[in-house]
Amino acid sequence: MALRERLQELHDRGLADIKKGDSLDRINEIRVQLLGKKGPITQALRGLRDVSAEERPKIGSFANQIRDELTAAIEERNQELKKAAINAKLASETLDVTLPGTPVAQGQPHVIQRIIDQLEDMFLGMGYQVVDGPEVEDDHHNFEMMNLPKDHPARDMQDTFYITPEILMRTHTSPNQARAMEAHDFSKGPLKMISPGRVYRRDTDDATHSHQFHQVEGLVIDKHVTMADLKGTLEMVAANLFGDEFDVRLRPSYFPFTEPSVEADITCFNCMGKGCAVCKNTGWIEVLGAGMVHPNVLKMAGVDSSVYGGFAFGLGPDRFAMLKYGVDDIRNFYLNDTRFLTQFYKRG
Amino acid sequence: MKVSMDWLNEYLTLDVDPQTLGEKIERTAVEVDQVYKMSDGMSKLVVGETLSVEPHPDSDHLHICQVDVGEDEPLQIVCGAPNVATGQKVIVALPGAWIAGHHKIKKSKMRGVASNGMLCALQEIGFDEKIAPKAYDEGIYILPADSENGSSVFPILGMDDDIVETDLTPNRGDMNSMNGTAWEVGAIYGKTPKMPTFSLNEDGSRKVSDLLQFSVDETLAPTYKMRIVSGVTIQDSPLWLQKRLWEAGMRPINNIVDVTNYIMLTYGQPLHAFDYDKLSSHHIHVRLADEGEHLTTLDGEDRKLRDSDMVIADDKHAIALAGTMGGLDTEIDDNTTTIAIESAIFDPIKIRKTARFFNLHSEASMRFERGVNKDDNQNALDHAAALMAELGQGQTEQGTGVGSDTPVEPAKVSVTLTRINHVLGTQLTTDQVQTIFDHLNFPTDNDGETFNVTVPARRWDIHIEADLFEEVARLYGYDNIPSTLPYGTMTPGALTFKQRIIRDSRRLLEGAGLNQAISYALTTTAKAEQFMMRDSEPTELAFPMSTDHTTARMNLISGLLDDIAYNVARKQKNVALYEQGRVFYREGDAIRPLEVEHIAGAVTGTLTTKTWHAEADTIDFYGIKGIVDLFLHDMGLSEPVHYEATQAHAQMHPGRTADIYVGDQVVGFVGQVHPEVASDYKIPDTYVFELNLQALIDAPHDQQQYEPISKFPDVTRDIAILVDQSVTNADVVALINKRGGAHLADVQLFDVYEGVHLPAGKKSLAYTLTYRDRQSTLVEADVTKAFDKVTAALEKEFDAEIR
Repeated sequence: MALRERLQELHDRGLADIKKGDSLDRINEIRVQLLGKKGPITQALRGLRDVSAEERPKIGSFANQIRDELTAAIEERNQELKKAAINAKLASETLDVTLPGTPVAQGQPHVIQRIIDQLEDMFLGMGYQVVDGPEVEDDHHNFEMMNLPKDHPARDMQDTFYITPEILMRTHTSPNQARAMEAHDFSKGPLKMISPGRVYRRDTDDATHSHQFHQVEGLVIDKHVTMADLKGTLEMVAANLFGDEFDVRLRPSYFPFTEPSVEADITCFNCMGKGCAVCKNTGWIEVLGAGMVHPNVLKMAGVDSSVYGGFAFGLGPDRFAMLKYGVDDIRNFYLNDTRFLTQFYKRG
Repeated sequence: MKVSMDWLNEYLTLDVDPQTLGEKIERTAVEVDQVYKMSDGMSKLVVGETLSVEPHPDSDHLHICQVDVGEDEPLQIVCGAPNVATGQKVIVALPGAWIAGHHKIKKSKMRGVASNGMLCALQEIGFDEKIAPKAYDEGIYILPADSENGSSVFPILGMDDDIVETDLTPNRGDMNSMNGTAWEVGAIYGKTPKMPTFSLNEDGSRKVSDLLQFSVDETLAPTYKMRIVSGVTIQDSPLWLQKRLWEAGMRPINNIVDVTNYIMLTYGQPLHAFDYDKLSSHHIHVRLADEGEHLTTLDGEDRKLRDSDMVIADDKHAIALAGTMGGLDTEIDDNTTTIAIESAIFDPIKIRKTARFFNLHSEASMRFERGVNKDDNQNALDHAAALMAELGQGQTEQGTGVGSDTPVEPAKVSVTLTRINHVLGTQLTTDQVQTIFDHLNFPTDNDGETFNVTVPARRWDIHIEADLFEEVARLYGYDNIPSTLPYGTMTPGALTFKQRIIRDSRRLLEGAGLNQAISYALTTTAKAEQFMMRDSEPTELAFPMSTDHTTARMNLISGLLDDIAYNVARKQKNVALYEQGRVFYREGDAIRPLEVEHIAGAVTGTLTTKTWHAEADTIDFYGIKGIVDLFLHDMGLSEPVHYEATQAHAQMHPGRTADIYVGDQVVGFVGQVHPEVASDYKIPDTYVFELNLQALIDAPHDQQQYEPISKFPDVTRDIAILVDQSVTNADVVALINKRGGAHLADVQLFDVYEGVHLPAGKKSLAYTLTYRDRQSTLVEADVTKAFDKVTAALEKEFDAEIR
């Protein structure tokens, strides 16, 4: 057989073997067999001596072409087999992705804290400071500086835990207003503050009463702060906590530390204002008390009420949480049942 | 106050439905609790006439009545009331009627006899026990003889009248009367109310000044007056008067007492009627009681008075607790003929204290506390005398006896248009503001800018310009006030360093798997005193409401253990909680406690749940310590943290508790709750920590600085040593660090072994030492040299066997 025909045959048989090769080892074996130094192609090329000088370069080039083709075929087959091997391995590793993931321990903030933090963040954004104060207060700051002298009938509105006749558990965070006003340098700009914290009332605990609850008191004092500013601010609070679709309305009320005093209602969550059992068919739910700071309160804190004035409001995060999340018993907030605590993680 | 629409319509012609009026009052003046009719929820209650009343053959108390209800045939009704008799006009609940308590009346048989309805007592058609007339306590109510058979009983009893029930704030005591309510509603609708009129005929032959003398302490009673009506007959009041009273929630008693109450409802002026003939002298004193003086009040209670209680007295003894409750000895009874009517204004604070002390909050004391209209004091007295004379067929004696009559000057308040708009944020005009004052019926003049307002005595709550701002704002309408936000100098809004740390603390512990708890800060003294980190006296309430909450806490852990107990009792075995809050430490003789911010955690069971795939992360000492480690690491403190075993905490496991140090200051402790304490709380093994967060806030904090990452590779060496049980990890690590050389960067414990394969009293500890040089690649020989020094030191110091 002529050399060219031999090479052609080696080529054809080689390609067929490669195609049939079903493992990386087998392909390697074929490579060594075909293209190794002792392989048939190398052997065949030795026979070039017997080829005429005219034919020799043609055959040589043909042989090189065959070798290149076989090499490429081996490489390609190798890749195919590797890919198949990986695919087979991956297939064997298939998991039931619907099995549950490994739990990671993660706690939740208390729902009251969520409300307080949300309010703090909003007011911080509007340039308010957050002010703390003592939970064990004196009568002077808790009541007298709030324009509630001893024997004032409005003291009946706040049943108090006294420790001594002069020392008590604070009934509101309003005394922090007085402390902040006394400390503030009005020549450096307005006083804008909120004061969140625990407060205490002499109440028997039941579904709607708790001897311990929370309050966020707010205060703005400047040369020109209006009732309209109060209204706008309370609307911001409602929109921030509950959403834009809620309206705020003000009603006259009475607090010794503000004049005028108002109570703010927001659209009932349950019926969106249509009227239902929750809102006693009014379409509105009372959420907070507010007003323009009483001149006596300003005077007692050493602020000139003919120059400065402003508004104050006090809202209850407990009540807000009850309304917002439909919690029907205030005691849930202080019993710390984990099934209760872990519920509050959603954004809205 | 329960305001009758029928009565209000005598003052004002209002073409408005009661719901709308209620809404308007709520938006403009005071809260409205409800708008209702006494007949709400009831139906088919008609006038019946008992044609015959026969005893039931099978009963000793039931009667078989034939009742004419205006139909062709009488109804047969079996009735058990003792007072049922032939010829009475009665309240009949027809078959299908709804009566009080959501009961439906059906045809039935009573002991075999058909009963086609029910004869009703007032209580059965919704009258409160406290307001139904006493005469009918034991039986059915008898209607006036001229009631038409078959007609509805509602108009006869005033039950179809609309009632607007207001809930008054303490400043609006003026609305505790029909007159005051009418003034307010008039202001809302821009109408002037017609005040009540009466004609007083002083037809008695005697002068009051001859019948009574007075010694009145004017500081106690700035106004004290009396009139006398004689020759009266005590009897039931006419139905119109009874209706007024029970619609307002008061019980009709007799014509004299009813008049005092009716006048109080009308004018807001409480009155008291004494039986003149029962006075032991005709000299009336208004004075403070003698300490320990006794008085039997109308309710039959013998009261031991204090020297701060105000009394009305004759020469011998107290005859009434002023403004709060009358005395039994001078009570009006069926034989009374001469009435001394008292119309006074008392010191509200004294009244309040007495009412509170004796728990005698009456319609009268409440009005005295909240204020009485001086301008109507004489009117109320005159009107009462006229009405008593009329209803008791008596004569009013001449003149008024005056014990005191301190004039009250009307408040004159000036306010400018500029100030009103400045405070309210409005753009009201002079005319708008003037109109509001006109509607309030406050005499007012203005020069276009300044309003000079004369406030009538009936609005004693108004003294200063801010009070007028409120009047303008509410009558203008809060809905009409614009919404804006404060503007002016910008102020920075930022948390303080302390507030930021407190917030970060919470995030950290939540990240570690603990849920935030908020427990009660008031607990028992015993629990307040557990787990304390320093000596302190308890801060206790003077008058606690419950024995569970008497004392301000001095630790947070006890509250968390209460929470865990609550969970465990509800089959929640895995509980991980933390709390951030204050503890209250009090020095021996200090009155006020020091409030210190703490943070504490408590875990029982597992932090994560066991799954098909992962073991549960069961809490143990090292688990809770890991949380504390993480927490303190992230606090970024300058000084090093270390732990020392302690047995100083009585409520903690003596072998599993460590004090936590920052530098040389103790900032808290961590460990297992003493099993006996856990058992007291009824909880399983529980691990806790409590930290003085304030101390961590106050401790020096590192400034954050970037530390370049070494370009050269670390070299590590492992070492395992066998040492005595008594040698602690902290001892070993300290020594390794001390002798580790300049390039020792880290020491990590990776194995602890104690057990059968080791000699008794020995343990094996294994560490990885990491060497690092930031300047160059470490030379193997240098590391070996440094490592050998450590090994030698361990052998020497702890007699360690290198394994």
